[in-house]
Amino acid sequence: MGILEVKNVNKRFGGLQALGDVNLSVAENTVHAIIGPNGAGKSTLLNCLVGKLIPDTGSVMFAGQSVLGRKPYEINQMGISRVFQTPEIFGDLSVMENMMIPLLAKRDGSFRMHAIESLEDERELRAEAEKMLDEVNMLDKQDMHSASMSRGDKRRLEMAMCLIQRPKLLLLDEPTAGMARADTNNTIDLLKEIKEKRDITMCIIEHDMHVVFSLADRITVLAQGTPLVEDTPENIKGHPKVKEAYLGEAA
Amino acid sequence: MDQIIVQVLNGLDKGSAYALIALGLTLIFGTLGVVNFAHGALFMLGAFCAVIFSRILSLSHEIVDETRTDFLGNPMKIDVPYMHDIFGPELGASIIDWAVPLSILFSIPIMVGIGFAMERGLIKHFYKRPHADQILVTFGLAIVLQEIIKAFFGANPIQTPAPEAFTGSFDFGVLLGFDPLTIMYPYWRLVYFAFAALIIGAVFAFLQFTTFGMVVRAGMADRETVGLLGIDIDRRFTLMFAIAACVAGLAGVMYAPIVAPNYHMGMDFLVLSFVVVVVGGMGSLPGAVFAGFLLGILESFASMPAVVQLLPGINQIVIYLVAIIILLTRPRGLMGRKGVMEE
Amino acid sequence: MLGIKGKDLSVFILVAVLALLAPFLLNPFPVDSAMAQFNAGYPDLMQRFVIFGIFAIGFNILFGLTGYLSFGHAAFLGVGSYAAIWMMKLVSLNIVPGIIMAIVFAGLFSVLVGYISLRRSGIYFSILTLAFAQMSYALAYSVLTPITGGETGLQIKPGDTPLLSNVAEGEIGRANFFGLEMSDSSVITLGGWEFTMNVGYYVCAVVMIAAFYLAIRIFRSPFGMMLRAVKSNQQRMNYTGLNSKPYTLAAFVISGMYAGLAGGLMVAMDTQVGPERMFWTASGEVVLMTILGGAGTLIGPVLGAGFIKYMENIVSKINSTVLHEWFAFLPDGMEDFLVTIFYPFVGKGWHLTLGLMFMAVVIFLPGGLVQGGQKIAAMFRGKKAAEKDGKTANQQTPAE
Repeated sequence: MGILEVKNVNKRFGGLQALGDVNLSVAENTVHAIIGPNGAGKSTLLNCLVGKLIPDTGSVMFAGQSVLGRKPYEINQMGISRVFQTPEIFGDLSVMENMMIPLLAKRDGSFRMHAIESLEDERELRAEAEKMLDEVNMLDKQDMHSASMSRGDKRRLEMAMCLIQRPKLLLLDEPTAGMARADTNNTIDLLKEIKEKRDITMCIIEHDMHVVFSLADRITVLAQGTPLVEDTPENIKGHPKVKEAYLGEAA
Repeated sequence: MDQIIVQVLNGLDKGSAYALIALGLTLIFGTLGVVNFAHGALFMLGAFCAVIFSRILSLSHEIVDETRTDFLGNPMKIDVPYMHDIFGPELGASIIDWAVPLSILFSIPIMVGIGFAMERGLIKHFYKRPHADQILVTFGLAIVLQEIIKAFFGANPIQTPAPEAFTGSFDFGVLLGFDPLTIMYPYWRLVYFAFAALIIGAVFAFLQFTTFGMVVRAGMADRETVGLLGIDIDRRFTLMFAIAACVAGLAGVMYAPIVAPNYHMGMDFLVLSFVVVVVGGMGSLPGAVFAGFLLGILESFASMPAVVQLLPGINQIVIYLVAIIILLTRPRGLMGRKGVMEE
Repeated sequence: MLGIKGKDLSVFILVAVLALLAPFLLNPFPVDSAMAQFNAGYPDLMQRFVIFGIFAIGFNILFGLTGYLSFGHAAFLGVGSYAAIWMMKLVSLNIVPGIIMAIVFAGLFSVLVGYISLRRSGIYFSILTLAFAQMSYALAYSVLTPITGGETGLQIKPGDTPLLSNVAEGEIGRANFFGLEMSDSSVITLGGWEFTMNVGYYVCAVVMIAAFYLAIRIFRSPFGMMLRAVKSNQQRMNYTGLNSKPYTLAAFVISGMYAGLAGGLMVAMDTQVGPERMFWTASGEVVLMTILGGAGTLIGPVLGAGFIKYMENIVSKINSTVLHEWFAFLPDGMEDFLVTIFYPFVGKGWHLTLGLMFMAVVIFLPGGLVQGGQKIAAMFRGKKAAEKDGKTANQQTPAE
């Protein structure tokens, strides 16, 4: 029994079958990659996991509880964090404030009004944030206005914001999209480090096979909304069905 | 039954004005992505075009009529409009009488010009700014426009009568088999409704059957893609803004005999027209027209004595109330499309 | 000090000192000098400065922090005013219960309006708030006349005998603060100068300083940070386990209560209220004050409110005689020409000037006076400093 169990999930948009009978089981403390050609339904599947979309049929269980019908913030409180394709951070806020928000959310839940307390008083949280920033090599940037940073830095900040909540499951939507080779390699190293240091399960959607094969323990290939195969990276590499699905694309 | 028909008819003229303003607002919003709070001011400017034109037509000079004398025995001085000199007394008089309909011709170039200047001079710079900024700058412009009008024409409403031929009322009741005098409807309101229907039809035909209109509609649906096709969409949108300004202006011109133009009539209509747009669905042209008439008629029903007695004050708030209910139950409005204004 | 520090503390002290010394600072010209018309140290004008300051400070908590543009905040001001006048008519001429009820009623009303309006965002939110405010205005004007006095509004009348205050038969009750009457003033004359110290003004000023202090605390609190997060990225907020709805509603209600407080104070000062206080142009005015000063900045709304109310007062007082005096040194033709040019913008033309200012601010100074001041300050510091500035500019947080 995996930490994330997706069973018979279907999702239609008008006449388009975006997901057809998707079954997926992600084992705890592994990195599970979902690959597939464009339009295979990867992002739709991800959106069904975080509450942005509700599947027409089927079930999505996380750590024994159903996530269906819950709001994104409730799902996050269950222990699922998400990294977006384009980094979603609080651009108007400083890097440190960007870190404080997930910490406060973790400590106080979805809403609590600290209208009079001073942010300066949250010393423990601040120390924790600094430690996390140090881990992603951004400690020196903590007072920066986060919108003015490079895309790579924004991505690392977003990951730090997710990780500081100590999620049980981290969903990554093309974490290296639009990145230069060097930045991509940095990201791979960062994710490897995280995987070794923490008890965390990762589910990663990726186009870049280099990233997938460097990180993944298991790979699911999705094509036209249905899983084709699920196997270890070694077995996926030469699988005829995968080659077929990717025909014409660089696999 | 006759009461219902009376109220529907009464709602039509206000509904026409709402529909015309809302149509322009939606065109501007759908094409340029701009929330134009100065649109009511354009309506008001249109009404004042009628005022100005009828004043120009009645410009007169003084002559001394030797054949008549005033009470002191001096020869009487009388004002003779230039129109009488140019076209002769009879034709001249009827030209003055028909000032309001004639000012349509006068106001079209003026409103197009104002629309063009507004878009090129101001709105253009706000395409990429947040909606809040667009609201605020056009709100400021609306204040400026109405204050300018106030400075020239004063704060009091200016009576601008319809042509003599339309001053009476039409007895609808007889036509529909009711007793005479139960359903009376002023001719001019009938004219206004027909005029509004004509303009609305023209705008839709224009969008439906011309290449230009097709590009604009495509642009409303997906601006970026149309831009990628190498079509200079901005220039067309400028013209679209001018057309929207013109529609609002014409709505104002013809409305002048119904409500005497005053400097704040634009603001009064704007707030309601915005509500109309939102109820109809942001970016939906049929929605704007439909909601315009719907709310106009609802307002008229709510003003019935029986209704007001039952629910005091309902006539004042019915439009807002409907808007609130619709926005909460159908967040995109009656005919709104997905993805428009949903940040 | 007081839980605020650094720049915030200096801003707070600056505002407090300005407010407390206003009767002196705003009367810089001797009474019989030609410049006396630019004096602004009259009690009723100064009261308006600080009351609208409170209104704008509150509005800024909603608009400046969360980015939700409400076009109906005047409704809360109006509700607060009506609540306060009834308290003073029926219960006590002491302003404290009136002001408390003003805050309570405005708060309750804003819970209702906010709960419904906040289900939508962007322009829909603006229109919904506008619709609510216009509805309140229309109701106050017509059906609710028994409660609101309709078009004429409500005043304290000779027949009003509040339960807890002793008002002699036929006497018109006066608002007081534990016995101190609002209209009491003492005039200090120093040479040609005259300064009016008014009880009402000082009550308002102290309340404003307290309101400003509270706003600073809110801005710098974790709650304030969450509100800025709402403005910045609601998507990320939801995926961080935060529910943005209660945050925005809380901000909405707080700013509604500020508006109620302002409305209550207005009644405490002039003991009257009319429905025009709720009209949507009144809502537009507070938006302008906030934007003009600088939305999202601490001191901006205070500056904006003061600036607009001062301009309104001065500009509306100028008439053609005054203009002729100004340009008297010029040749006659020139004088008449300039008077003709300026005349439409002054006196009754104040709204024209206001509209132009509105546009100018949005076009040229989207960050408001505060940003404009920063730009000028940066210019004065010269090029050397500018280079250094470029490095540090990135590290500034937008709210100060």
